[in-house]
Amino acid sequence: MAKRIDVKDLNLFYGKFHAVDGVSLAVPPRNVTAFIGPSGCGKSTVLRSLNRMHEVIPGARAEGKVLLDGEDIYASTVDPVSVRRTIGMVFQRPNPFPTMSIRDNVVAGLKLAGEGDRKKLDEVAEQALRGANLWAEVKDRLTRPGGGLSGGQQQRLCIARAIAVQPDVLLMDEPCSALDPISTLAIEDLIQELKKDFTIVIVTHNMQQAARVSDQTAFFNLAGVGQPGRLVELDDTERIFSNPSQKATEDYISGRFG
Amino acid sequence: MSTATDLNRPAAPPAFQEINASRRFKNRLATILVGGTFVLALAPLVWLLITVIAKGFQHVLNADWWQKSLAGLTSRQFGGGVYHAIIGTLLQGLICAVIAVPIAILVAVYLVEYGKRSRLAKAVTFTVDILSGVPSIVAALFIYALCITTLGMPRSAFAVSLALVLLMIPVVVRTTEELLKIVPDELREAAYALGVPKWKTIVKIVIPTALSGIITGVSLAIARVMGETAPVLVLVGYTTFINYDPFGGSMASLPLLMTSERLTTNEVGEARVWGAAVTLILIITVFNLLGSLISRLTSLKTK
Ligand SMILES: Nc1ncnc2c1ncn2[C@@H]1O[C@H](COP(=O)(O)OP(=O)(O)OP(=O)(O)O)[C@@H](O)[C@H]1O
Ligand SMILES: [Mg+2]
Repeated sequence: MAKRIDVKDLNLFYGKFHAVDGVSLAVPPRNVTAFIGPSGCGKSTVLRSLNRMHEVIPGARAEGKVLLDGEDIYASTVDPVSVRRTIGMVFQRPNPFPTMSIRDNVVAGLKLAGEGDRKKLDEVAEQALRGANLWAEVKDRLTRPGGGLSGGQQQRLCIARAIAVQPDVLLMDEPCSALDPISTLAIEDLIQELKKDFTIVIVTHNMQQAARVSDQTAFFNLAGVGQPGRLVELDDTERIFSNPSQKATEDYISGRFG
Repeated sequence: MSTATDLNRPAAPPAFQEINASRRFKNRLATILVGGTFVLALAPLVWLLITVIAKGFQHVLNADWWQKSLAGLTSRQFGGGVYHAIIGTLLQGLICAVIAVPIAILVAVYLVEYGKRSRLAKAVTFTVDILSGVPSIVAALFIYALCITTLGMPRSAFAVSLALVLLMIPVVVRTTEELLKIVPDELREAAYALGVPKWKTIVKIVIPTALSGIITGVSLAIARVMGETAPVLVLVGYTTFINYDPFGGSMASLPLLMTSERLTTNEVGEARVWGAAVTLILIITVFNLLGSLISRLTSLKTK
């Protein structure tokens, strides 16, 4: 299931604005990679380009290669919809579908792909909710609207929804930034669990979080306002946080940035 | 030493000030102005309702009023009812809605989800803007010229519905457009990220999220066109008989009945006109209530 990602010389644009310059990196399967870096350096942009969500924004375009187990997701014959089915995403702000119940939210991906077998959907819903550590809290109110949950529960609902379609890779853009420390810990624990089955890439502004959950860390930076962001270095998380090879990384991590 | 200097410092002025007199005066003035204009705006409406109900309500309390037509009654005979006109109003409004609502919703979906700021979208928005400014008599005459003069169709209820379609489309496009715009992009992205194609995202996520508001908008628009008078005057003949066929023959409707019976200058005509006015207001009220009921049932719940 879990697959590896290889990014080769990726350039990302918003219209004429060159947002990210020449990123190359590799993410092994069953591994958590954290993206860190100052605001505006292009972490979200790179993350979104990994499942072709970048091009959803009008005028946005990508140049370069993103290989999923060797297969280029940007090849002209590839349907972006099938890419997104394989590479799931969790967003910064929880966004459950307001018209759907908790259960329907979880199975939305399958249901909208045409799966109609109620029993199977129920099973998947339970499995995904268990996987997202939410089952115990919602098992008695599966038919209630998803919008009625707390922020942390909603975020775990969104994770359940993302893993219910059984993707190979899970992308998370600051999944804990709107959550309290306890919900954050719950999600960090969850990431450790999910790592067994998925390849995970997570953007975070929280250094401790990057240090806690990730196996390798990528530090992004930008030379100045209006300049494109670029990957400064990618290394084992331990090395990045103890003995980075770049001065900029060390400055950023020790808080001596800017 | 330091305590001594502290004690010598002047007492701190109070941190918060009272609301000063000029602000209090302005506030009162604004309150009076706002309240006054509200009453001013409400007065004609209340006056109109009271007059219509006072003059017409007694006539609609009769069961015959709702079940019979005016067939066979002369302009001096009391009795009969406006069933034929109610049917006409409902039929014409319904046919209009069946044609206009899908077109309008598709146009709005195109504008918000696909066209964005493209040239075609701008042209469509411009056309819709113009259409919403077209007087109903112009819409009626256009349909007359197109369908009756050019295509040789007979004057009919269907022609009326077509003219009403022209009046209804811009209203529904506008409301639907606004409602689709306020559906957060995050929901669309959430669906895309699950591997849901765009069209399915629109049909299963975006439209259901906006549905409650769209229904309200549509029911208001139907209520609005059912009171239109110019199209029925131009495009269909009046009759006192019941006619269910929208494609042929004359068909009454409440506005048409009112303009026709207005020419009967005696108490009978007066009763018919005021009664029809009350009936029209009642039907429109029922439509609005029904619309808000359905929209409440389909509105988003969090509990
Ligand atoms: N939709 C957009 N249209 C145009 N420019 C954009 C858009 N989204 C992001 N950008 C620009 O791209 C650059 C990278 O933005 P991005 O959101 O990837 O940064 P980030 O590293 O995720 O920042 P943060 O940590 O604040 O989330 C920024 O200069 C930003 O202004
Ligand atoms: Mg970001």
